[in-house]
Amino acid sequence: MAHAEGQHHPAAGQHDASAGALHHEVGQQHPLGIYFKIWGLLFVLSTASYLVDYFHFQGYLRWGLILVFMLLKAGLIVAVFMHMLWERLAIVYAILVPPLLLLVLLGIGALEADYTFFTRGEFFGSQTAAPTHGPGATGPVQHR
Amino acid sequence: MAQPALTGTGEALPRPDGLEGIVADWSSDQRAFKNVPWGKAMMWIFLLSDTFIFSSFLISYMTVRISTTVPWPNPSEVFGLTVGGTEVPLLLIAIMTFILISSSGTMVLAVNFGYRKDRVKTFVFLLLTAALGATFVGMQAFEWTKLIVHEGIRPWGNPMGAAQFGASFFMITGFHGTHVSIGVIFLIIVAIKALRGDLDKQRPGFMTGRKGNYEIVETMGLYWHFVDLVWVFIFAVFYLW
Repeated sequence: MAHAEGQHHPAAGQHDASAGALHHEVGQQHPLGIYFKIWGLLFVLSTASYLVDYFHFQGYLRWGLILVFMLLKAGLIVAVFMHMLWERLAIVYAILVPPLLLLVLLGIGALEADYTFFTRGEFFGSQTAAPTHGPGATGPVQHR
Repeated sequence: MAQPALTGTGEALPRPDGLEGIVADWSSDQRAFKNVPWGKAMMWIFLLSDTFIFSSFLISYMTVRISTTVPWPNPSEVFGLTVGGTEVPLLLIAIMTFILISSSGTMVLAVNFGYRKDRVKTFVFLLLTAALGATFVGMQAFEWTKLIVHEGIRPWGNPMGAAQFGASFFMITGFHGTHVSIGVIFLIIVAIKALRGDLDKQRPGFMTGRKGNYEIVETMGLYWHFVDLVWVFIFAVFYLW
């Protein structure tokens, strides 16, 4: 049976190994206050990003705000709700570094898509693009 | 077989800070994730792979959206609701977002009470989380019905514009909704285990001989927050973009 439960140092930086021989029984225990603050902040950020759409912001202001709010929310969830703030760097880096590779995929995707868009415009004209043809496509697109 | 005697080095040596600490943890045949329970490490690795799946969906959505020469349907209008005669953009989606964030909040409370060994409160907050998750799925079903039945959106085309809209939408939100549904089922299972006292009595769960403990609540929480996290990205790049 484990007896290591109960005594936690609240919000200690890293739970170090000295927390006890049965340290696998010691969990992530933090004061409730920080959760409520982050919870509130997530509500505020969600409202803010909704308002971006509601007030019809356009252009770089829109994309900038949406991305900033998105990344802030994601960061808060991972850092506090998922306790990354209090984990050892060994696991933090193992989990958070690999997704950076996705930026490469993002770049390749954007390049490829721009090229496809260019060739579609060049060879099909802007009216009937290739994707509307296909097994399920019912007639030409009604737009324009 | 006899256990080798511990000679005072059973516990990790003092760990250097920063990069040196990472190197020390990963080197020389050590267990890399010290202090991280196995279930949690495995959950994180699963979530990492799930990150790649959802990212692939979102990136392919970006690719088809950039490359189409047909105008993309305006999500703000497609997902608008008419309340009392006025068209409110994205109302349903905003409510769904708040519901999911609230469920993340109740989830952290459940984890917290779990580690305090408060059996009943853990159960209540887990069940509340599951209820909010189920509400989310219900609203998503409503949204899908509206889009399929009333607006004629199909994976292969729709009356509003680019045909790829439906394919991206159903694929991304469908996969996310599946994650939420599976999460709800497991939340209920963990809630029942907590209430029954399985976690206090360290009763092994099904399909495992490992003793039950309150860490499974945190592991469950990681999955649930991840679902919320994915929604943050879907909300931003699909609905608001």
